[in-house]
Amino acid sequence: MIYVTRRAEFSASHYYHNPKFTPEENRRVFGKCNNPLGHGHNYTVEVTVSGVMNPTTGMVLDLKELKVLLEQEVIQLMDHKFLNKEVPAFAEKNPTTENIAVEIWNLLAPKLAHGKLHRIRVYETADLFVDYYGE
Amino acid sequence: MVYLTRRYRFSAGHRLHNDALSAEENRRVYGKCNNPSGHGHNYLLEVTVAGTIDPATGMVFDLSALDGIVAERVLEKLDHKNLNLDMENFRAQVPTTENLCREIYELLRTPLEEAGGAQGLELARVRLEETSLNSFEYVPEHARGRVM
Repeated sequence: MIYVTRRAEFSASHYYHNPKFTPEENRRVFGKCNNPLGHGHNYTVEVTVSGVMNPTTGMVLDLKELKVLLEQEVIQLMDHKFLNKEVPAFAEKNPTTENIAVEIWNLLAPKLAHGKLHRIRVYETADLFVDYYGE
Repeated sequence: MVYLTRRYRFSAGHRLHNDALSAEENRRVYGKCNNPSGHGHNYLLEVTVAGTIDPATGMVFDLSALDGIVAERVLEKLDHKNLNLDMENFRAQVPTTENLCREIYELLRTPLEEAGGAQGLELARVRLEETSLNSFEYVPEHARGRVM
C-alpha cells in the first residue's frame, strides 16, 4: 500500500460563536476568536490517498486529478472567503480547524475517482493542525 | 474521532551515559553524546489529542487549556533544564529522546484525559524532534494503527 499526499493552501477568515451562549460565555469559551468581525489564517490542507500502484504507470493515481479536485471542491469554496458567512457548511457550526477537516473529507471522499481517501490534515498555523481519518 | 496536534518548543541539556556500561562502551555506544560535560538541543514537541467534536463549540479540546497543561506539566519542568540532573526520572534512565517521549506522555496523559473527559479525550501521540534531522514518536498501544 502506498500513501500519496498532495498539499494546497487557502486563506480565509472566521470567528467562533455559539448563539445559544450568552455574550459573556462566548467571550469566555472562545476568547480572541469570538471577535464578530472575524480574523484570518493561511491554511494548509494535506490530502492523503492510499492505494496500490498501477504497474503500467508506477502511480497510485494521477496527481493532477487530485490537484484539480482540491481546487474545484475546496480552494474555490474557501479561499479568500469569510467561512462563517460564505461557506454553507459553517452557517450553523463553527469553522474550527476540526470542523474544516471533517468538511473537506466530506467534500472529497465521494468524488475521488481512484484510490481511497486516507487522511485530511488541516494546518491553521504551523503550530496547530488537525487530522481526520473519516471516522 | 478527530486528532488535534499542537507544537511547542523547549531547550534543554543532557548527556547520554549508562552507569552499567564501561567508560569505553559508553563512548562507543553514545559517541559525542557521551561527553561528560553534556550538550543541549532545541526540542520541538508535538502533542496529539484525539476526541469527538463538541457540537456546542466545534472543538475537540480547549486550546488554551491544552497550552496551560503542557506549560505546567512539561515546559516548566524541562525548558532550560539539565535533563539528567533536574529530572527525577532520568537519574536512573538515559535521557534519550526515545525515553523523553515516553516520559512526556506519562506527564501529560492523566491531566489531559481528565480535563477532556467530556469529549472522550485521549492522548494519542507524543512526537519530539531533537534536531530538524531526527524525530521520535511515542504512540500508546490503544492508538497504534490509527495515527499516521
